Amino acid sequence: MSTNQVIHALYDDDDLLLTAVKSIREKKHHIEEVYTPFPVHGLDKAMGLDETRISIMAFIYGCIGFLVSILMMNYIMIEDWPQNIGGKPSFSYVENMPAFVPIMFEMTVFFAAHLMVITFYLRSKLWPFKKAENPNSLTTDDKFLIEIELHNNEKELNKLLKETGAVDIKTIEKKGDDE
Amino acid sequence: MEDGMYTFTNKLRNFSISMMVVGFLGLTYGFLTVPKTVEEATAMVADAHHGEGHGDSHGEEAVHDVHAETAHKYNHEAATANKQKHGEDNHGEHLLHQLQNKPWAALYVAAFFFMMIALGTLAFYAINRAAQAGWSPALFRVMEGITAYLLPGALIVFVILFLSGMHFNHLFIWMDPEVVAHDKLIQGKVGFLNVPSFLFRAMAYIGGWATYRYFSRRFSLAQDQASDVSNHKKNFRISAGFLVFFIVTESMMSWDWVMSIDPHWFSTLFGWYVFASMFVSGITTIALIAIYLKSKGYLEKVNDSHIHDLGKFMFGVSIFWTYLWFSQFMLIWYSNIPEEVTYFITRIEDYNLPFFGMLVMNFIFPLLILMNSDYKRIEYFIVMAGIVILLGHYIDVFNMIMPSAVGDQWFIGVPEIGGFLFFTGLFIFVVFKEISKAPLHAAGDPYMGESERFHY
Repeated sequence: MSTNQVIHALYDDDDLLLTAVKSIREKKHHIEEVYTPFPVHGLDKAMGLDETRISIMAFIYGCIGFLVSILMMNYIMIEDWPQNIGGKPSFSYVENMPAFVPIMFEMTVFFAAHLMVITFYLRSKLWPFKKAENPNSLTTDDKFLIEIELHNNEKELNKLLKETGAVDIKTIEKKGDDE
Repeated sequence: MEDGMYTFTNKLRNFSISMMVVGFLGLTYGFLTVPKTVEEATAMVADAHHGEGHGDSHGEEAVHDVHAETAHKYNHEAATANKQKHGEDNHGEHLLHQLQNKPWAALYVAAFFFMMIALGTLAFYAINRAAQAGWSPALFRVMEGITAYLLPGALIVFVILFLSGMHFNHLFIWMDPEVVAHDKLIQGKVGFLNVPSFLFRAMAYIGGWATYRYFSRRFSLAQDQASDVSNHKKNFRISAGFLVFFIVTESMMSWDWVMSIDPHWFSTLFGWYVFASMFVSGITTIALIAIYLKSKGYLEKVNDSHIHDLGKFMFGVSIFWTYLWFSQFMLIWYSNIPEEVTYFITRIEDYNLPFFGMLVMNFIFPLLILMNSDYKRIEYFIVMAGIVILLGHYIDVFNMIMPSAVGDQWFIGVPEIGGFLFFTGLFIFVVFKEISKAPLHAAGDPYMGESERFHY
């Protein structure tokens, strides 16, 4: 059960946290997770996280929204109930395209934004009624927490974390089941 | 080479001077080949149709097809009625005026475009000063170099406007008392559109811009040696004041110098539209010159995050320009009021390729190229997108000026390319000469530390 032991180090400054993360990783320790009260600029790079792919998804979602808007407006305004647009009753989508540009734009943004948020929630495993994973409520106020897995190296890690300026270090037994 | 001082190399100097010479020859050719009589003018146009043509006779046919198709559907009477009013009898004279305008318009488009780059850069510079931006001081000397072109560039535009006022050309038909006598709409605008007040306003705009530029540059250089930040504070104050002056005068300048070429037509967001065009051109030029200087080993404090930020501005302002272009277009297209919509009908029928080509160059191309965050840090992409954006906005100015000046007799030929080359050469000459006069590193700026450490 020693693999379920983790160490929690608290920091009270984001710059301190960044340098701590860098020096912990230099010593080849595996950082499980970092909890912060606000997004810390450059933390993802310091932790060596993979580049996010959400921007690729945003582009694809935007393209879907763009296509949906064209099909939708073509169905509504041209096919199902042909409309006289601005005194130009040509009943052609292409000729009336300028009138639909605002809708194309809005639907592109709408699809990109909403689907991107939903993707982000799913990817982060944040669904309704989920219990918070946050191990220490201080990280919702003004403290930063680094969680490191222990492999019988508690003393060495304690020393390192103290050097990096941690204000509080605790060893915790994690519960068996995930989530 | 002193530390951080740029030397204007002989190679670049000769390059810019040879561009000016070639451009000058092209413009001279344009002015010398202008027809003197109606017979010559009609003969020239007939030749062009029977001979090798403009090389776009196919395009013309396509335009006529569109014309025939849309004429039934769209309210097109205004345009045709207008043409009939001018009458078949003085058609030849009309053509003569158009062809005589051509080299003038070529000169004016290029002169205005490069003045616009310097003015857009000055606005961007003033915004950075007034916002006390922390990222940009490393680029201040580049911006100050570009704005050095504003005074000579604007004075050249002023000389062209002055010559128009003296009836050397017919760029502005409202300056012709003969035209005004038969035109009720222009008569109603004479209180604003008359030559003396037009030239007086032009002097006021240019004077105001140049005065701000002169003092801001002086405070910026003085700050390098200063022990306190008083020069920086003065610069902050005059920059904020200048921005108020700028947005009023820029708007009025766009009515005077561009919109009044079509004295019947007006658009209430035209000032914004021209502003967006000059803003993106200015920012693009800053990026291109910064990248050029970096490639020569200068500006070592400018890192890829600065280039990334300029890329973001190029991307964002390109979209802003499109937003304004479309806002102007859609309302006029939708309401379809004859005296308004004729502006776009002439452009779509006679200027189809530049009109829609400009949209591709100014919107679709930068949108796709600069969307990816990583590409904005790759200098090759910024340079490629930047060149297309600059050419696209030249065509934008072309589309604003040419239709009323030369009608369907436009062509990007010797005088147009000559004008572009001449002003490119002059611009490079003035800008790099100014850049070589002061250290490229504005060492005294209180935000310089932040700019050096700037990192995204």
